[in-house]
Amino acid sequence: MAPVTARLKSCPEGPPKRLTIVLNLFMPVILLAACAARAQMPTYSNVGRTPTAEEIRAWDFAIGVDGKELPPGKGTAKDGAPIYARKCARCHGATGEEGPLMRLVGGKGTLTSMTPLRTVGSYWAFATTVWDYINRAMPPDEERSFTADEVYALTAFLLYRNGIIAESDVMDAKTLPKVQMPNRNGFIPQRIEEIPDARKRGCRLGHCP
Amino acid sequence: MNSKQSGRRRFLKGSAALAGLAVGGIRSASAQALDSGTSGTGSQDPHVYGQRSRFETSARVGALGVYEPGPNGPTRRDLGFRTPLQDSIGIITPAPLHFILSHGFETVDVDPRQHRLLIHGLVDRPLMLTVEELKRLPSVSRIHFLECNANGDPARAVRRAPSATVQQTHGLTSCSIWTGVPLAVLLREAGVQKGASWLIAEGAEQDFHTKSIPLAKGMDDVLVAWGQNGEPLRPEQGYPIRLIVPGWEGINSVKFLRRIKLADQPTMGMREISKYSSLRLDGKGRWFQFEMGPKSVITRPSGGQRLPGRGFYEITGLAWSGGGAIRRVEVSTDGGLTWKDAQLDGPVHPKAHTRFGFPWTWNGEETVLLSRCTDERGEVQPTIAELATFWRVNVDYFRSVAMIVGHFNAIQPWKVIRDGSVENALYS
Ligand code: HEC
Repeated sequence: MAPVTARLKSCPEGPPKRLTIVLNLFMPVILLAACAARAQMPTYSNVGRTPTAEEIRAWDFAIGVDGKELPPGKGTAKDGAPIYARKCARCHGATGEEGPLMRLVGGKGTLTSMTPLRTVGSYWAFATTVWDYINRAMPPDEERSFTADEVYALTAFLLYRNGIIAESDVMDAKTLPKVQMPNRNGFIPQRIEEIPDARKRGCRLGHCP
Repeated sequence: MNSKQSGRRRFLKGSAALAGLAVGGIRSASAQALDSGTSGTGSQDPHVYGQRSRFETSARVGALGVYEPGPNGPTRRDLGFRTPLQDSIGIITPAPLHFILSHGFETVDVDPRQHRLLIHGLVDRPLMLTVEELKRLPSVSRIHFLECNANGDPARAVRRAPSATVQQTHGLTSCSIWTGVPLAVLLREAGVQKGASWLIAEGAEQDFHTKSIPLAKGMDDVLVAWGQNGEPLRPEQGYPIRLIVPGWEGINSVKFLRRIKLADQPTMGMREISKYSSLRLDGKGRWFQFEMGPKSVITRPSGGQRLPGRGFYEITGLAWSGGGAIRRVEVSTDGGLTWKDAQLDGPVHPKAHTRFGFPWTWNGEETVLLSRCTDERGEVQPTIAELATFWRVNVDYFRSVAMIVGHFNAIQPWKVIRDGSVENALYS
């Protein structure tokens, strides 16, 4: 009986309890079949439809830390400089260091001071996040207007300005995820698997230690 | 400013429908359509859509924007618009006064007929749903507060100023009755696969805001909401659908919800790894701090108000906690020397604003009024000194560090001066 029970637990919408007992006593085999069929059947009929794989690809342009989803294309800091000057400098400063808004460059060694400057260079843990954020949100009012090449180039420009890569380093789907960000280990908890358990982390009163 | 803008948008929509008419003619034309009962857009008639008395002027306030530099100063609004808690009545915030924080990105004008919610990733049956289809599913209504991570941030000079009002010190929290489908229903419908441990939610706003949330929370009490206080969501609140993640930093309650992906790890987006983490003294970032702690504040009398003279006043305020229901609120009218239980006025809901009251007769002398709450888990709202101990900093750190001090929930002191005026006394 043990395997049947185990199977039941992973069955998303198990049959009602009473039915389970009856079946358990007399027909464990049928129960297995019922569960398998159940997994393919939604509870509410004809609510929503199945999206096509293509639709999902078009809707989901998020880039994870391993960069699996990065599209083809490439760019260097050199390619990125003129785009940055045209599209970003007015808010983030000519070199990325002066603002007036969110400074994107600099801040090395300031995190323990009373004036911490958290930038892509001094703080961000993953190079892929730079790509994802520029691609999804920048510049305001013209989001999602860049080609993949342009996003690679802008990302390369910010990494270069922060002294993380060289001016001629080519950023693409292979190289970008490999870029080692200086503050990668600057976060608590260090292991991503430990994040969800607030108790274990010692969080109290709405604060984590 | 905001209501003006959305009013204009509504007006423009009306004009598109009546293309060809002169602008002056449009209003009366759409009013006629209303009177005949065919459509409700744009009417100024309070019998058709009610308005408050002209004597009532309570309003959100927002700082002028820092989001778009221009030759004559910033031109883009901040949208950090705060709820006037000093005028709050009961526990529900009227939707038009609910705080707004959009990081400089403007509210998007979403047509609910075009809007879709995609559920995909580690599920057996990816789903694409219309808003109408969502409304066919069994729904629930729940009273919950939403609070910005930065509410009460003591590093802001405005928040510490003696002249600060409770709107300026605590106005980035609001409370509504939200109506929608429990996310768990939708996820079960899609069939959660083994190995899924995170959900990544994404909105259709300008920056396609995305946020990673542990799946256990998603299966617990998260809602996909379309209703707020008996009405469809307001546009600034994410019309037509948004996530409500009870008790957690507002940033998790993704507005204009368009996509939920189940995954075996979080997406490390900008909101995960940038300014939403707070720094420790050793330079490490505390990322993924979800729950807002127990917090309370006296809303009357509060900063900027003035008692006309000695005599009786009911002290009233709000308490809330991301950890559950409020069990107890205590008030001190002598600067913390003695504490007495306040009355919980009810209704008391988990992760919701809870109204408290306390009878008080002012003798005309200078004093300090305080409140502190305890939630159902027994967590007691901390003093600023207790918070400093927990953060392993000194009390001055909170006002001198140049970063957002998130989740700041220290007890709020209001000083009553002899002339009856009330001042913020966080650091005095
Ligand atoms: C109109 C002003 C404006 C322009 C132009 C602009 N940005 Fe931004 N940028 C912002 C604002 C505002 C934020 C912060 C948004 C927030 O807080 O949610 C930001 C945030 C960022 C961040 C995240 C910073 C952090 O540390 O969290 C990056 C990276 C960025 N922008 C890159 C760019 C790039 C690259 C361009 C040019 C393609 C650009 N921006 C153009 C206003 C602008």
